[in-house]
Amino acid sequence: MTPHHGATGWDLFEGTVLVLLLLGAAGYATGLWAARHRGPWPPHRTVLWHAGLLCAAAALAGPLAEAARTGFTAHMAGHLLLGMAAPLLLVLAAPVTLALRALPAARARTVSRLLRTPPVRALTHPVVAGLLNAGGLWLLYTTGLYGRMHESVGVHAAVHAHVLLAGYVFTAAVVGVDPDPHRGSFPLRAAVLVGFLAAHSALAKHLYGHPPEGVGTSDARVGAQLMYYGGDVVDVALIVALFAQWYVSGRPRTRVVRSTA
Amino acid sequence: MADQDRRTLLAGALLGAGVAASVVDLAVFHLLLHWHHFYDLSTTGVALASDGLFHAFDWFTTVGSLFLLADLRRRGTVAWGRWTGGLLAGLGAFQLFDGVVLHKVLRIHQIRYDVDLLVYDATWIGTAVLALAAGLLLLRRARPARPRR
Repeated sequence: MTPHHGATGWDLFEGTVLVLLLLGAAGYATGLWAARHRGPWPPHRTVLWHAGLLCAAAALAGPLAEAARTGFTAHMAGHLLLGMAAPLLLVLAAPVTLALRALPAARARTVSRLLRTPPVRALTHPVVAGLLNAGGLWLLYTTGLYGRMHESVGVHAAVHAHVLLAGYVFTAAVVGVDPDPHRGSFPLRAAVLVGFLAAHSALAKHLYGHPPEGVGTSDARVGAQLMYYGGDVVDVALIVALFAQWYVSGRPRTRVVRSTA
Repeated sequence: MADQDRRTLLAGALLGAGVAASVVDLAVFHLLLHWHHFYDLSTTGVALASDGLFHAFDWFTTVGSLFLLADLRRRGTVAWGRWTGGLLAGLGAFQLFDGVVLHKVLRIHQIRYDVDLLVYDATWIGTAVLALAAGLLLLRRARPARPRR
């Protein structure tokens, strides 16, 4: 399954990833600096942002990423970090809120107009985001895509970009803290989350018995169980985040609900 | 308040069912005893999908019922007798459903493999009935006297 890779393509990929992640860190810091006169920014959000970038970095470059090209279990550890842990951490860091605070008023208005356009609205609908996220995973592991991903840097890059972006959009649609002009109702977001959790655990069990081509039986079984139980950990965190928002928004009406922005 | 009482029962029953399905099943039977299999290789697609959905609901009700309880507490005092009754009834009802419908009627999975199941099934269903009966009894005894507010 693993013919000799041209080293340069993979090195270029890792280099690009690290540059992008460093830009992400620098962008957040720039936002904090530009918005320093706008009142305090919760420090935990800054911590969450950088923890999210670190999760993505661990999945995309370095020893785990290297091992993930040949081993299914290592791949699955990377998948959990990139597709589930990193998106949750990044979403809870509220980058859009920070951008809106940091940008000049006119530019901030452009951003919030962009959030209201039909394509963004469609893409961030919980059902669409959930289908993109879960559907991408089923495609990756039940078609020949998994094997091709290890042979071509381009496919590898596209798959990993999709996993991170779809994970981010899904997490933002379900438990996002950034402004969302068309946020789904609580029952809708709850139903989508339950549906996604079901699809994720069903896929993990399916992979236990039917691993992608070229994956050994014992590697597949350990990897599938890692996907199942590791997915549970992040999913329970998502459920807690969802209910925590319900709890805060439903507090008895003794005082005005504080805006999160 | 009827609404507060209804929500107390719901919070207890959902936690009972959720704990029975998620914590007891996962921690005791899968991870500690290794009696349950992660995956029967014979499992069909439908069983896999329903199993996934069940699994999702387990966690959702477990977490949700705790937030419901927290919400009840901040709104006033919780009738703990009613909550405990709901908890036992929910736990018993779920185990009974699991033991009769999932194990015996649909045969999705068994308690243990390669053993005589009669003792296991009898214990499982027996404890489920006991928990359910204890819960219902407690609910009767802890019935709210008169609405106080």
